Amino acid sequence: MSSETDRPDLTDASEPAFGRVSRTKDVAFRWLTLAAALVGILALAALLVNVLVDALALFDAQHGPWIDWQFLTNPPSFSDPYDAGFFPAIVGSIALMIVIALITFPLGVGAAIYLEEYASDGYLTQFIQLNIANLAGVPSVVYGLLGLGLFVSLLNLGFGTLLVAGFTVSLLILPIVIISAQEAIRSVPDSQRQASYGMGATKWQTIRNVILPRAMPGILTGTILALGRAIGETAPLIMIGAPTAVFGVPNSLFSKVSAMPMQIFTWADRPEMQFQYGVVAAGVVTLLVILLSINSIAILIRNKYQQKNGQ
Amino acid sequence: MSAPDFTHDSARSARGVAFKALFALCAFLSILTTIAIVATLLYDAVDFFAAVSPAEFFTETTWSPENEVYGVWPLISGTLIITLGSALIALPIGLLTAIYLSEYATERRRAYLKPALEVLAGVPTVVYGYFALVYVTPVLDRILPIGTFNALSASIMVGIMIIPMVSSISEDAMSAVPDSLRQASYGLGATKFTVSTSVVVPAALSGILSSYILALSRAIGETMIVAIAAGQTPRMIDLTDPGGMFLESVQTMTAAMVQLGASDVVGQSTEYKSLFAVGLTLFVITFAMNLVSEWVSSRYREVYR
Repeated sequence: MSSETDRPDLTDASEPAFGRVSRTKDVAFRWLTLAAALVGILALAALLVNVLVDALALFDAQHGPWIDWQFLTNPPSFSDPYDAGFFPAIVGSIALMIVIALITFPLGVGAAIYLEEYASDGYLTQFIQLNIANLAGVPSVVYGLLGLGLFVSLLNLGFGTLLVAGFTVSLLILPIVIISAQEAIRSVPDSQRQASYGMGATKWQTIRNVILPRAMPGILTGTILALGRAIGETAPLIMIGAPTAVFGVPNSLFSKVSAMPMQIFTWADRPEMQFQYGVVAAGVVTLLVILLSINSIAILIRNKYQQKNGQ
Repeated sequence: MSAPDFTHDSARSARGVAFKALFALCAFLSILTTIAIVATLLYDAVDFFAAVSPAEFFTETTWSPENEVYGVWPLISGTLIITLGSALIALPIGLLTAIYLSEYATERRRAYLKPALEVLAGVPTVVYGYFALVYVTPVLDRILPIGTFNALSASIMVGIMIIPMVSSISEDAMSAVPDSLRQASYGLGATKFTVSTSVVVPAALSGILSSYILALSRAIGETMIVAIAAGQTPRMIDLTDPGGMFLESVQTMTAAMVQLGASDVVGQSTEYKSLFAVGLTLFVITFAMNLVSEWVSSRYREVYR
């Protein structure tokens, strides 16, 4: 009898928390978390619809869409919104991207190969790794100061030139390229390396003929996504003195270069409504469409690669 | 990756050594970059501090380069306001999103939601700045006595931008919590709500904290949103007026740098050099935060792996 009284009575109403499960709280929490997950996405979707409506002037009977052939092919204007174009900025962004890709791809892949295939697990490697992670978190405006101090002031490569802009933004996205290339190289199964060594291949032959071909889709995906980041960067370009208006197309590494976000930034300053809700909206939509195309290419490469592996 | 080395051929291995050196050089470039950042910032900041005493820089409460008054506190204060505002949005929403993704979402839903969230972080910040100025501010203007440039709409946009940073790192931390902990809790009769809030979140706390620190560091360094939408009014936090804090224009460290960078200040002036002093301050703050975040998350890795 005594042992029975020691045990708490589980059905006793004085222990209300036990045995009674609040489903309401559970269901409410589930909806709360789902709502939270959708907040950002829905907010962005609403803003994108707004900017698209403005860029196409859907509810404005007075004039046609702001994005048209003339907008895409004209030089910029700061006085006449109807004459303003995006062409030098588009070409500038593409030229900039090519320069950045040529710099970051070999450097990023090289660093990733060293860290994954050669480096030992010592303190030095850990230090480099930590350093790369930290560089990825340095504000882009600080990279702009690096570009200003190093490439413009010290090396005298000129304010706002294609080369300086390319170097600066390259350093900015290099950590991202290295980290994604490392992940791609790490995902190559070790058995393939061992098989290659078993055939008598050297380390370099193994890297060139086995690891790089297998890791290349992943490396390309990461690099293209990083390039997408690069064409959205504005702050570093402002710091290195990229001009607020470029009317021509860059024809050398030392010509002044504009870029799409830079042009958007300078237009957004204009007080006129036609600029604020028309021209800038058109610029934003153009930038986002190009960005989206670039990211789709990256996703296509990734999907194609995954299908191949699935077979 | 200690593969046995079977290379005996000297010509081959000479080439191997050359390639190794080349790749090592690429990796060391990252250290060179850090050194270059510190060196360029220090080089001009030292000149600046020769003209303006560090005491003035770190104690004066007015930032007015035109009048040769360089007190950094109004800028830090503006940065804190934006960081606080965006944290109030991104930290709870990001955490709840991570709980949904890790505990509630089906595999299928997660496959759609995760990339959709990543889009938030991929939108160029100049676009967010434009959104804040042209769409968010007019909407807020109908409800609140708000200025054309204000800290609130900028904070909202920075907050939305950093949500994926919180949610993806927190979700990783929650997924790393061993399933046995959840099963034990269910075995005691707990609901999913209790398991999520009383077991998974506490167990993943260090990962969540590290995501918070990283997101705050990103908010501190965010430039274009605040430069476009928050305006250029350097002023101190007025704790007695929390409303005005968000409703009016502020200037952050990054926005002040953009303003100086976009103007045509000349290379040898104190004004130009103040750019590097502010940059150095920003760099030190964000670098320290990134290090702390790395340290916090490495602690949690040791526990579960």
